[in-house]
Amino acid sequence: MVRRFARAHPWWSIWIAVATLVLLYLIFAIWPPWLIALLGKKKLFLNSLFNGITLGSLYFLIASGFTLIFGLMRNVNLAHGSLYMLGGYIGYLVGDLTGYWLLAFPAAFVAVGLFGILLQYFVFRRMEGEDIRQTLVTLGISIVLADIMLWMFGGDFYNISPPSWLSGPMDTFFVTGVKRSSGELIYLKYPLVRIAILIASIVIGVGMWLALNRTRIGMLIRAGVDDRDILSASGIRIQLVFVAVFAFGAGLAGMAGVVGGTFQSIAPGEDIRFLLASLVVVIVGGMGSIPGAALGAVIIGIAEQFGSVYFPTYAVVVTFLIMVLVLAFRPRGLLGRN
Amino acid sequence: MKTRTLLAVLAATFLTATAHAQTLKVGALATLEGTYTALGEDGMRGLRLALSQANNMAGGREIEIIVAGTDASPDSAVRAARKVVEQDGVELLIGPLSGSEGIALRDYSKTQPHVTFINGISGAQETTFVDPSENFFRFNMDGAQWSAGLGEYIYNVKGYETIATIAEDYSFTYTQVLGLALGYCAAGGEITERIWVPLGTKDFASIIAALPDDVDALYLGLGGGDAVNFLNQYQQAGGDAQLVGGTIMVDGTVLSSKGDAKNALIGVPSSGPQADTWDDPNWQAFVKAYQDEFPPDQRFPSPSLMATGYYNATTAAVSCLNEVGGDLSDGQAAFRSCLSNLVLDAPNGEIKLDGNRQAIGTNFISEVVELEDGTLATQLVKIVPNVNQTLGIDPETFAGFGVPGRDVPECKSSY
Repeated sequence: MVRRFARAHPWWSIWIAVATLVLLYLIFAIWPPWLIALLGKKKLFLNSLFNGITLGSLYFLIASGFTLIFGLMRNVNLAHGSLYMLGGYIGYLVGDLTGYWLLAFPAAFVAVGLFGILLQYFVFRRMEGEDIRQTLVTLGISIVLADIMLWMFGGDFYNISPPSWLSGPMDTFFVTGVKRSSGELIYLKYPLVRIAILIASIVIGVGMWLALNRTRIGMLIRAGVDDRDILSASGIRIQLVFVAVFAFGAGLAGMAGVVGGTFQSIAPGEDIRFLLASLVVVIVGGMGSIPGAALGAVIIGIAEQFGSVYFPTYAVVVTFLIMVLVLAFRPRGLLGRN
Repeated sequence: MKTRTLLAVLAATFLTATAHAQTLKVGALATLEGTYTALGEDGMRGLRLALSQANNMAGGREIEIIVAGTDASPDSAVRAARKVVEQDGVELLIGPLSGSEGIALRDYSKTQPHVTFINGISGAQETTFVDPSENFFRFNMDGAQWSAGLGEYIYNVKGYETIATIAEDYSFTYTQVLGLALGYCAAGGEITERIWVPLGTKDFASIIAALPDDVDALYLGLGGGDAVNFLNQYQQAGGDAQLVGGTIMVDGTVLSSKGDAKNALIGVPSSGPQADTWDDPNWQAFVKAYQDEFPPDQRFPSPSLMATGYYNATTAAVSCLNEVGGDLSDGQAAFRSCLSNLVLDAPNGEIKLDGNRQAIGTNFISEVVELEDGTLATQLVKIVPNVNQTLGIDPETFAGFGVPGRDVPECKSSY
C-alpha cells in the first residue's frame, strides 16, 4: 500500500517523509540554542504536541460516533453533544456512588447507548429519509435534554476524580533539556491520566477499524454507507443495523463524557461546545469516515493546543481557519470520498 | 365545554389586564448559559431573596420579574436587555453579571433613557469610569476595588516577591489585575509575566506547561468552569506553586464544585467584596436568610458574591421605590435621585455611590479554609474600608494609567 501510494504521489510522499523526519527530530533531539530561540522551550513544544494528541483522542471518541451515524443514516445528529454530557453526568454519579472510576465507563456506555436505542426506535425511525426534518428534531431534542439536565444536575461544575493511581504526573523518556550545572538530562513529566486516555482511545479506534473491516456486521455497515437501498433490498434487516450503530455511536459519546469529565469538567454548555468540536472535526476529516474522524480530531486538537500557547489571542480562530482551508480545497474533507 | 373554555380565557384576560395596571415590571439579566451558569443562578437567588424579604412589593406595587439569560458575551447581554426593555416594557432592569456585558449595557442604557439600569455584579472598570451613563447605577465595586489591599498583603505578609498572572482575556480580569498591580508593585513586588487565556478555555494543559517556574506565586484570575478545569489539570500535571486567587476564583461557585479539583485552593489568599465566615451580625443574618430561603440542594452552603451583588442591587431598588412611593413619573427623576444619594446598609458593609453612580464600599482580604463539615469557604484576614473607584489615588493620575488592558498598567514601584 505504501509503495503504491509512493508511486502514485511521489511529491506527496517526499513531503510526508520530510515532515515525519523533522517531527521525529523535534521530539527526540536535544534542542540547540537557535531552535529554542525560534520555538521557545522544548518542554512547551512537547507538552503542546502531546496535549493536542490527547485532546484529539477525546474529540475522536465523540466524532467517530457522530460520523458513523451520519455515514450510515444520513442523520446529522445535533443531539450528539447532549449524549456526551449525559454520559458525563451518569459517569460522575456512578463513580461517586461506587467509588470505582473504571466502572463509570461501561455504565455511561450502556446507559447512553440504551438512550440512543430509544431515540432511534421511537423518533428517527419514523422520519427516515427526511434529512432536514431529522436534523431539526435532533436540534429540538438537544435543547430539551440540556434543560432537563440543568434541572436535574443544576449549573454546578462536575469534575470526575480519577483514582489515586492515575492522578499526578509520570516521568517519560522524552528529553526536554540538559541541566546546566550537572549536565544531567531533564525528562518530561506528563499527566498519567492523559496517557491512559490516549491509550484507551487508540485501542477503541483500532477496535472500531477492525470491527468495520473484518467482521460481518462491519461489512453490513460499510455496505449500508455505500448504498442503503441495495443493502435492504438484499434481505438484510437494515433497521437492526441502524439501531445497533446508533446505540454504539451514542455509547461512545457517553463514554467520551466520562473522559471529558475526568480531565476537564461537565457543566451546562459543554454539550454545544463538543457538538461544535465534533462538527468541525468531521468536516475537516470527511463526513462518514472513521480514519477521517481520527485525522481531523488530532489536527484540531493539536491546532487548539499550539494556538493557545504560541498565539493565545487568536487561538479561537485557528480551528475555524483550518476548517475554511479544508472546505476551500477539499470540500468533502481530507479523507472524504468524492 | 366550548363555552367554559371561552369563559376561562375571558377571565384570564381580565385578570392579567387588572394585574398589569398595578404591577411593576422589572427585568433581570444573568448568565444562565455557558461557563458562568452557576454564577448566574446564584445571582438570581440573591435577587429572589431580596424580593421575598420585601414580600414582592415595592412602593405599593407588586413586582413582576422578567428573567432573561445571557452567556457572558456583550451581544447576548444587549439582546437580552432589548428583549425585556423593548418587548416586555420593563421600567427597571437589574443586571448584568459579567464584565464586558456591563460595558455593553452601559452603552445600551444611553439609548433607553426612560429605563433605570442597576448593575447586577459585573465588575469592569470602564462601565462607570469611562463615559458613564446617567441611568446606569452600580452598587457593587469594580474588579480593581475588589483587589484593593491584596497586593500589599501577599508582598508584605506572604512574602511573594515575584508573581506571574494567568487570567481570562476580558475587561473584568484586566480590571482585577490592574487593582492587584497597583498595590503589589507599589509595595515592591514584580509581575514577571501576564498570561491571558480566552474566556471559556477548557483545556489548560499546554498553558500549564508554559507557566513560569521561577516565580514565588501564581495569581489566578479565572472563574466558573474555567477555574475548575484549570485546578483539575494543574493537579494532574503535578503543579505545586503557591497560588493567589482572583475574586471569582475563590467564590462559592468554584469552592462548592463537585470533585477534588477545588482542594488545591485551601490556604490560598484572595480578596473581594465579602468573606464567607465573617462574624458581623448583619452578614450572618444575610447568610441565614439565604440558607432558610432555599433548600440545601438548590443553593451553595453560603451565598456567593453573585448572590450578594444581586441582593444588594435589588434591595437598593426596593428601598428607593418605597421611598418615592412607587412614583416613576418625570423620567424616574425622584427614584434616580434617591438611588444616587442612597446609603445602603448592605450585609457586606455600607455602600454609597460616587458622582459616576459607582459604589464606594468595603473590601475583604481572605484565605480559603476547610470548614468542619468539609466544605470550603473564605475566612476573613483583613478589612479594607472605604474603597473608592480610584483606589484612593488622585482621579487624574488614575485616569492617566489608561483603560485596564493586557499590559496596562505597567508594574512600577511608584506612579
